[in-house]
Amino acid sequence: MPLSEFLQFLISGLTVGFIYGAVALGFTVIYNASHVVNFAQGEFVMLGGMFTVFGISLGLPYLAAAILAIALTALIGVALYEFAIRPARGAPVFALIIITIGASILIRGLAQVGFGTSFFSLPSLAGDTPIKIGGAVAQPQSFVVVIGTLVMVGLLALLMRRTMIGKALIAASTDLIAARLVGINVRMIVALSFAISAVLAAVAGILITPISLVSYDIGVLLALKAFAAVMLGGIGKPAGALIGGILVGVGEAMTAGYLSSDYKDAAAFVIILVVLFFFPSGLLGSEHHERV
Amino acid sequence: MNVFNTLRNIVENRASLILIGAMILVLPLLMTSSFQMRLAIVVWVYAMAVIGLNLLMGFAGQVSLGHAGFFGIGAYSVALGPSQLGLSPALSLPAGVAFCGILALVLGRPILRLKGHYLAVATLGLGMLVFMVLSNEVELTGGPDGMQVPRMAILGWKVKGTDTWYWITGIALIIGVWLALNLINSPTGLALRAIRDSEVAASVLGVDIAKYKVIVFSISACFASAAGGLLALYNGHVTPGLSDFLISVQMVTMVVLGGMGSIAGSLVGAALIIILPQFLTSLHEYEHAFLGLIMILTMIFMRSGIVPSIGNAIKRGRHDSNS
Repeated sequence: MPLSEFLQFLISGLTVGFIYGAVALGFTVIYNASHVVNFAQGEFVMLGGMFTVFGISLGLPYLAAAILAIALTALIGVALYEFAIRPARGAPVFALIIITIGASILIRGLAQVGFGTSFFSLPSLAGDTPIKIGGAVAQPQSFVVVIGTLVMVGLLALLMRRTMIGKALIAASTDLIAARLVGINVRMIVALSFAISAVLAAVAGILITPISLVSYDIGVLLALKAFAAVMLGGIGKPAGALIGGILVGVGEAMTAGYLSSDYKDAAAFVIILVVLFFFPSGLLGSEHHERV
Repeated sequence: MNVFNTLRNIVENRASLILIGAMILVLPLLMTSSFQMRLAIVVWVYAMAVIGLNLLMGFAGQVSLGHAGFFGIGAYSVALGPSQLGLSPALSLPAGVAFCGILALVLGRPILRLKGHYLAVATLGLGMLVFMVLSNEVELTGGPDGMQVPRMAILGWKVKGTDTWYWITGIALIIGVWLALNLINSPTGLALRAIRDSEVAASVLGVDIAKYKVIVFSISACFASAAGGLLALYNGHVTPGLSDFLISVQMVTMVVLGGMGSIAGSLVGAALIIILPQFLTSLHEYEHAFLGLIMILTMIFMRSGIVPSIGNAIKRGRHDSNS
């Protein structure tokens, strides 16, 4: 029995962990292109779920509503860059942090007025018949979440490695000035990074809504936990972000299962404090040497 | 930052003590309602916490996204001191401050080794953990509903009334300003500024960076905790919301809006962020959206802070008329 219990916690941890991983990956894409940590990332998850819910309630088919939701969220991501981040170019780290936190509060505040404060759900994409694995029970949607996230990660990797746009993104994250010198439109590339990470988050929101529901304020903790996941893996490392997200998700599920469900949300922060105590640059982070 | 700037800062800051004192004295003559009086009390309290945070941010160059944690601990200490330890509320306040100071000393050492985003996430995590403990330990803290704070009595005299609290918080703020100014002008203050300008240069000059960072972290925690305790005593109740992440973020915004490294600026920043939303009561449902907007606009257009910007404008004006 204990093993099936463990398996049960592992499944729910992995499900939410992949979502954290997707959000953390979005953080990383933006960070690499612009050195901005986008705290509004959690709001993009919320918007993805919310827009889809409202699209369907307006009579759109599921797929159309989802695509529209992803496009709208991407647009908001680009608007965030153009109207809030770009005007503050060259600002110190804390100022950019506060801008994105301000943006998250702004989006959340508007969502509260627009969508109300209730919880909404979406139908599961894979039906509702639970799947039994070694004594544990998994919701079919969990597989959709894991597979969907992996497909997104794969697509992102293809985009980065195989297309000119991806190469431009990598160039911009390596050296902005050099990228500009070889004729890359850095402004467009950074705006694109915001769009990509908004898409990642919106898709994650659509995938997770059938399991954990969506309300206007789900973004806060999501962003903070994904931020912890990013730091856990070492900032700027895509693989680290995904691994960090999964670790946070599993750690959270184990805390809820074995320790206390009240302190489920604390797990991410305890993990990050402990990890930073031993690895001040995250698990995969390279030691940063400052030039004097 | 050169010597002349430093000297100018000292002169400005001395003037700000007198100015703030005069304002606290004169303001009651101008205020027409007890609502304004109550608002002023909240401003004084927040200003005190923000001054502490400004010592950390503006003078030592370290960010904390978890200062509301100390604010909350200070607030709960005046609620828990009487109910759990049988301390009087008046004694619980300094006890809470001492507790926060020691807590910050212990936690500060590992946390302040971190830099940039890592420091941000560590302090943020710290604040979140305080919030979660206050929300979840229902038997001790009353959970999300919070708990009552007994009325403070000093030598048998029950402290109550808006007027009384106006003077208590006003005097506390003046003491806070005075302490902060003394710190800034002390050798410790000079060491902190050296750390802010360049940690490497400071360490080459023999400044024990780790030690000074932890000291100022602890001092700023004491400020936040004292402010939280005063607010709780004045309100008569506490909720975990006092240690919410949003409060931490608001405090950082107050520091930057008023001006990093400007003590008077801390008061200006606190006053603006608290008073501005009052004009929008008709748009109450947009309150949060509005706060977010203020934060974005502040960081884009007012990054150098209101008080330093005005100071520079005056200096430029003087320079123009001389030439």
